[in-house]
Amino acid sequence: MGYTITEKILMAHTDLKEIAPGRLINARVDIALGNDITAPIAIREFRAAGGKKVFDRDRVALVLDHFTPNKDIDSAQQCKTVREFAFEHGVTHFYEGGQVGVEHALLPEKGIVLPGDLVIGADSHTCTYGALGAFATGVGSTDLAAAMLTGELWFKVPPSIKFVIYGKLQKWVSGKDLILHIIGRIGVDGALYSAMEFTGETIRRLPMADRLSMANMAIEAGAKNGIFPPDEITGEYVKPRAKRPYTFYTSDPDAVYAQTIEIDASQLELQVAFPHLPSNVRGISQAGGVKIDQSLIGSCTNGRIEDLRVAAGILKGRKAAPHVRLIVVPATPLIYRQALREGLLEIFMDAGAVISPPSCGACLGGHLGILAEGEKSVATTNRNFVGRMGHPKSEVYLAGPAVAAASAVLGRIASPEEL
Amino acid sequence: MILEGRVWKFGDNIDTDAIIPARHLNTSDPAQLARHCMEDADPAFITRMKPGDIIVGGENFGCGSSREHAPIAIKAAGVSCVVAKSFARIFYRNAFNMGLPIFESRDLADAIAEGARISLDSAQGSITVEGLDRKFSISPIPPFMEQLIADGGLMKHIAGK
Repeated sequence: MGYTITEKILMAHTDLKEIAPGRLINARVDIALGNDITAPIAIREFRAAGGKKVFDRDRVALVLDHFTPNKDIDSAQQCKTVREFAFEHGVTHFYEGGQVGVEHALLPEKGIVLPGDLVIGADSHTCTYGALGAFATGVGSTDLAAAMLTGELWFKVPPSIKFVIYGKLQKWVSGKDLILHIIGRIGVDGALYSAMEFTGETIRRLPMADRLSMANMAIEAGAKNGIFPPDEITGEYVKPRAKRPYTFYTSDPDAVYAQTIEIDASQLELQVAFPHLPSNVRGISQAGGVKIDQSLIGSCTNGRIEDLRVAAGILKGRKAAPHVRLIVVPATPLIYRQALREGLLEIFMDAGAVISPPSCGACLGGHLGILAEGEKSVATTNRNFVGRMGHPKSEVYLAGPAVAAASAVLGRIASPEEL
Repeated sequence: MILEGRVWKFGDNIDTDAIIPARHLNTSDPAQLARHCMEDADPAFITRMKPGDIIVGGENFGCGSSREHAPIAIKAAGVSCVVAKSFARIFYRNAFNMGLPIFESRDLADAIAEGARISLDSAQGSITVEGLDRKFSISPIPPFMEQLIADGGLMKHIAGK
């Protein structure tokens, strides 16, 4: 009996000779990640357990990206706690200030996470790195504390669901639309405790930015991880970035899947997830007309240079509607600089946008773009739960950068084809 | 473990933003987090609940963010345990790691009303409801998870090894 890529990576991080879904294992961790919200609890637990030294200072990543630049005194205290810990332990991958980016854009960009890795992060969107052919999963702060201390963590081996996606994507349609469609189809617990493995001819042609967007939202279907078989596109992305060896794992032909779902993507239109669940998805042809107050382009889902290029292509020579606050958040300093060089920031400013520093703040209603009662925002983010971006009576509509840009101009949820 | 208390009912897909909204995550102090427990699902919950009360949820309880602040807020509020049809996976492991008792029961939620008094016996794997002549089963907990609880959470479990 063969193994899936997820099973192979997990097994390679243990001394086991065989593995099966449902089995509880202890596995070695390649990278352990925390941020300014989750790391303070992990540090408290680490110290309470008598921790004196992190297991490997090169394998811990601490990224102050959520409520930064510090939004208030309490947030500043949390950042201080993490900063002092990072310096005390000589943590190699510590980022703040002008070096900080949204963690799940930053770590792949810097080659800190690599194919074949086992990555845990005290942040649910850690699953993003599955785009590289890594096993990456979100955990809690106590998990992070344990991993920082021992370099190991317990896991339940997940069953895998295979998605076979075929057909050429229509104009404007991106990885974001694919994953929204999938979540709409299987539901927010459709992949509960499972691995989502994305395959098929559409996936083989899909650029890395789109793969990162898709893997990012595996958690919105309840999955433990999302994963893409590494290929030439992976190699091209990783090779110039990697500073240590990495391994391409692929699923065996006779690997066992709990379920296989085939999707014809050729007729897929732009997708929008309506409040208040990421599974409440409609095609753009059924989504028009909702008046918006804000359009947010950014986040670990869609804050990459490719996303900004799509948005700028639509916004060039146009203005956001007078009643719309357009916020653009380049996800990392490198993306920010690249957007500056390419003239994208000028296009955004001409369109009336606010350019935010890299931050997770607005996406989770914490900082830099919060909604008032009754307000509606289209957002290229990943969650639209009640109160996610501000007031409990505000609303979030999830979409890709093309819809977010077109909606900003028209002041209502719209397709770029309407411009 | 025997836990008795009054039930607060919540629906399916109660996400961690509803359990503890991100606007309160500028602290990890349990007492402060507890003051906002379940705020966006039921703002009156925290003022009306009594220590020992039990939260009963539907499918996929605790979905969304990995924030351990969610089980911390629930525990610090004095909730004795959470019973749901199913749990989102990060919330599930967080609860065991930090010591909030949680139990899966497929059919309890639909059979009881808010305010019901229930008694949960984890050793027997059953729940009884006051005034109801019926027992509800809870899914067995894997031995490793039982050990985590017995050791007092993940960090104490590691320290003991």
